[in-house]
Amino acid sequence: MSTAAAISPRAARFAARLEATAARLAPVQLPQSAGWLKRAREEALARLKGMGLPEKRDEYWRYTDPKRFLCEPAEPAVVFDGNDEPVVFESIDRLKLVFVDGVFDAAASDDLAGEGLEICRLAEAGQADIHWAQDLYGVLEAEGQAPVPRPLAALNTAMATDGVLIRATARVERPVSLVYLRSGSDAEMSLHHVVRVESGAELTLLENGPGAARVSTVLEADVADGGALHHVRTMGRDHERVGTTHIFARLGAESHLKSFTLSVNGALVRNEAMVWMLGRDSSAHLAGAAMGDGAFHHDDTVYVTHSAPNCESRQVFKKVLHNGAVGVFQGKILVEQAAQLTDGYQISQSLLMDERCQFLAKPELEIYADDVKCSHGSTSGEINPDQLFYLRARGVPDAEAKRLLILSFLSEALEEIARDDLADDMRVRLQGWLERHSG
Amino acid sequence: MLNINNLHVKLEEEDKAILKGLTLNIEAGSVHAIMGPNGSGKSTLSYVLSGKGGYEVTDGSAVLDGEDLLDMEPEERAAAGLFLAFQYPVEIPGVGNMTFLRTAVNAQRKARGEDELSAGDFLKLVRAKAKDLKIDADMLKRPVNVGFSGGEKKRNEILQMAMLEPRMCILDETDSGLDVDAMKLVAEGVNALRSEGRSFLVITHYQRLLDHIKPDVVHIMADGRIVKTGGPELALEVENNGYADILAEVSA
Repeated sequence: MSTAAAISPRAARFAARLEATAARLAPVQLPQSAGWLKRAREEALARLKGMGLPEKRDEYWRYTDPKRFLCEPAEPAVVFDGNDEPVVFESIDRLKLVFVDGVFDAAASDDLAGEGLEICRLAEAGQADIHWAQDLYGVLEAEGQAPVPRPLAALNTAMATDGVLIRATARVERPVSLVYLRSGSDAEMSLHHVVRVESGAELTLLENGPGAARVSTVLEADVADGGALHHVRTMGRDHERVGTTHIFARLGAESHLKSFTLSVNGALVRNEAMVWMLGRDSSAHLAGAAMGDGAFHHDDTVYVTHSAPNCESRQVFKKVLHNGAVGVFQGKILVEQAAQLTDGYQISQSLLMDERCQFLAKPELEIYADDVKCSHGSTSGEINPDQLFYLRARGVPDAEAKRLLILSFLSEALEEIARDDLADDMRVRLQGWLERHSG
Repeated sequence: MLNINNLHVKLEEEDKAILKGLTLNIEAGSVHAIMGPNGSGKSTLSYVLSGKGGYEVTDGSAVLDGEDLLDMEPEERAAAGLFLAFQYPVEIPGVGNMTFLRTAVNAQRKARGEDELSAGDFLKLVRAKAKDLKIDADMLKRPVNVGFSGGEKKRNEILQMAMLEPRMCILDETDSGLDVDAMKLVAEGVNALRSEGRSFLVITHYQRLLDHIKPDVVHIMADGRIVKTGGPELALEVENNGYADILAEVSA
C-alpha cells in the first residue's frame, strides 16, 4: 500500500518532468501580443506546464527522440543552395505570402485580399475582433491533447511568432501559398496558422520553403459542412533541418480534406496530423512521400477519428530510405460507435535501398462500430527485382529503371493530390532528387 | 544471327543444373520454335539469354551477331537487338504505359548513339502500331499491365516489340492464357514483324500457336538440351502423339 508520503515511481517521474519543464520554460517570454491572442498564448503555456515537455521514454516518442526539438538554442543548419532546380509552385497562379526566418514579409507578399478570402496576419490579430479565429486558435490544438499529449503543439500555440488566419467564404480558385524563406544558418521559425473554410467554400493551401534551421508549424483547420480544404506542402531541401509540424483538422458533414506532404532531406522531421470527422459523409485523405539519404529521420504520426457515419478516410504514407536513413509511421484510425459505414484505409510503406535503413511502423485500428470497412497495411522492402528486370530487359538502364520504380512506389501517395499541376511540381522535385541520389 | 553453343546453366542459389549443353543456331530472317515438356528448361533459356539474375552459366556461349550476349547487362542486350516477350508480363503501378514505352525506345536509341524520338513522332508511331494490335488509347494511358487482361498483357508485349524493332525476338509461351481470337491478333502482330533481318524464337507447349506463326524449324527440348530438330511437321507429331514417343525414340 502506498501512503501519501511515498509516491509511485510513475508519479515521481511525472513530477520530475514537470519540474524540468518549468525550468526549461522559466526564461521563456511569450511573444508580444494583445487581446484574445495573448490570452490564448497564456492558456497554452499553462497547459504545457501541466502536461510537461516530451521525453524519449514516452510511448508516443518511442521511435523519435524529441531532444533536438527542444534544445536551446536550436542547432544551426547550413543553408541549402537549391538553385539547381525550379522552385515548386513557381508556375502556379497563387496568392503568395512570404515569411522570412519566421516573420511575415509584407513587401515580398501579395496583398492580403482575394475574392472569397479574409486573411489576417497573426502578429496583428490580437486586437482585431476576429471571432472565427478566436474560436479556433489554440482550441483545436487543445482538443488534440487527448488521448495523447502533444506538448510541442501547445508550445507552438504559446510561442508562435507569426502566421496567418485565413477564412474562405466561397470557392477560391487561386491557392493561398505560404512560402518560408530563411536567411541564416541559425534562424528558428515558429508559425501558427488558422484556416476556416465556410459552408460550401473551397480553399487550396500551399506551403513550401526551408523556413529555418529549426521549424515548428501548427495548422488548425476547421472545414464547415460541405466545405473543402486541399493542402499541399513541401518541406524544403535543407539537409540539416529539424522540424515538427502539426495539423489539427475538424470536418463537418459532406466536407473534404486532402493533405499531402513531400519531404526530401531534413535531418529530423516529425509531422503529426489529427483529424476529427464530426459530420456524416465527409472524407479525409492524408498522404506523404518522404525521401532521405544518410542522416535522415522522418516520422509521420497520424490520428484520424471517425465520429459520424458514412465517412471515408485514407492515410497513404510512403518513404524511400537510402544509406541508413530512418522512417517512422504511427497511424491510427479510431472509429467511434456512432460512425457506422465508415470506410477507413491506411497504408504505410517504405522502400529500403540498403540494409542499414530502418522503417519503424505502428499501425493501429480501434473500432467500436459494427458495420465498418477498415483496412490497413504496412510493408518495407527493396525494389522489386522482377519489375527491375522487366524494365532493363526493355533497354532501360539500371539507374533509370530504379528511378522509375521509386516514382512508381510513391505514386499512390502522389495520386492523393487533387490538382495535376501541383502533382507535376511534386514529381519534378522527386525526379530531381532521385537524379542526384541514385545509387 | 543467334548462336548458342553447348550452354550449361545452373541455379545460382542451389546446385541444380537446368541447361545441360544446349546448342542452337538461328539464321537471320528465320522462325524457330522450341517445344518441350514442363521443366525441360525452355523458360530458363529465355531468361538466361535476356540476362535475368539468379542463374549461373557454367559453360558454353551465346552470341548475337558476333557479340557475346552473356557478358552484357540486360539493357545492353536489349539495345543490341534482343527482345523477350514475357510469359508473365510484369505489372508496374504508377508508371504509365506510354511513359514506359517512350523511356524504353529512347534509352535504346541513346545506347545505340541515335537521336531520341521527339514526343510528337513517338506519339504518331505508337498510335499507329497500337491500332494494328487493337490497343486503345486507354490502355496506353493506364499503368504498365495493371488491370490488363491476359490477352491485353500479351498484346502489350507485342506492341513493345513493334516499337523497339528488335532483331532477335524470343516469345516465351506467348500463347498461354490467350483465347483463340487473342492468339490470332498476337500472331498477326508477330507475322507483321517478320522480315529478312529479324529472327524469332517461339517457345510454346502447343502446336496451335504454330498454326498462326509458321516456323521454319522446330526443336524439341528435354532435360536442358535440344533432343530433336525438324520442320513444322515435328510440331504436328507432338500434337498428335505427345512428347513420350519422341523422347523414347531419342533415348533409345
